Amino acid sequence: MSEETNKIKLKVYRTNYNKEESPHYDEFEVSVKRWTTVLDALLDAKSYSDSSLGIRYSCRMASCGSCGMKINGKPRLACYTKISELNDQTIVCDPLPSFPRIRDLVTDFTEFFSHHKKIEPYIHNEKVPIEVVNKDDLVEFKQTPEDVDKYLQFSYCIKCGLCYSACPTVATDTKFPGPQALSQTYRYMADNRDSGESTRLDIIDDRHGIWRCHFAGSCSNVCPKGVDPALGIQLLKGHLIGITKNDKKIATLRSKEE
Amino acid sequence: MPLLKLRESQIMKIHYLTGICAVFFVAIHILFRLIMPFGQSLEFHNVVANYHNMYYVILLELILVFISIHGFNGLRIILIELKQNQWWESTITILVLAAMIGVVAYGTRTIIIGSQL
Repeated sequence: MSEETNKIKLKVYRTNYNKEESPHYDEFEVSVKRWTTVLDALLDAKSYSDSSLGIRYSCRMASCGSCGMKINGKPRLACYTKISELNDQTIVCDPLPSFPRIRDLVTDFTEFFSHHKKIEPYIHNEKVPIEVVNKDDLVEFKQTPEDVDKYLQFSYCIKCGLCYSACPTVATDTKFPGPQALSQTYRYMADNRDSGESTRLDIIDDRHGIWRCHFAGSCSNVCPKGVDPALGIQLLKGHLIGITKNDKKIATLRSKEE
Repeated sequence: MPLLKLRESQIMKIHYLTGICAVFFVAIHILFRLIMPFGQSLEFHNVVANYHNMYYVILLELILVFISIHGFNGLRIILIELKQNQWWESTITILVLAAMIGVVAYGTRTIIIGSQL
């Protein structure tokens, strides 16, 4: 069974700050098929044209969130973007905007992860031991499917940074936590196993916190996992100004006998 | 200064409320222009007559206060996004507050003089 092969031009942003190399674009001609992804094309260029090409990737199936880059002007995952869907003979790959650049298409996620870490993205609950030494100390919560539905879509976040790079506020305000961290704040607030709401709301209710979101909605537009960070942020805002109430009942623990 | 210690959610609550109130009162202000032909309503003696109506004076003062609070807080939001350091944020907040008080004071003075209170 033969498949039609096309030739496309791959324009890749190149720079190496360690060598004081001035930024420029390198062009590679790559053969692609119907199912070829941008990551496949980049790896082809790296294998057969220029082995010094800097790319970060891992799972190749939109699960790890490593291969985020700006493809034809929009932040996307290279492994999740087929060249055929771009409808263009020239594919331009740039590093993710709003992230410090390391080399070529590789960006530094330190600040992004520090924003994520700052909102304490884990279950706060007095009934749960912080460290489990003994297997018998492991606990399980009782949650209904309806309880899970309240936060499920936000838990699909893979921390790829696409929403962060698309956000216009992040581009100007480095202290702004970004859509990823804010949507994760909502994810834990909506989770009825968690009781750390006031701690997290204190963190985001800041001069450079949630109120600097101007609802451009670009974050939800670029998310490869179908998460709607803009929705989470607006729901959080409503909660902070008292329009909506979080009337969740903290989930009870399942006893060993149950 | 207690105003500087307000939580951002409290400030934004004031921001949204003043915005809504400003739209409402400005709508009433515009409707006042429609009780007679528009050009006639802007004639000198009609404008001065408006200033002698106590309800209208209160309306003007409320519009002045709501728009000043909403507008100057909007300006603060834009300016604090430009730089991220404590000195800049505090300076901007103080300057914007001072400007807001100045505009409200000057506007109130004009309203009082106009109404000959």
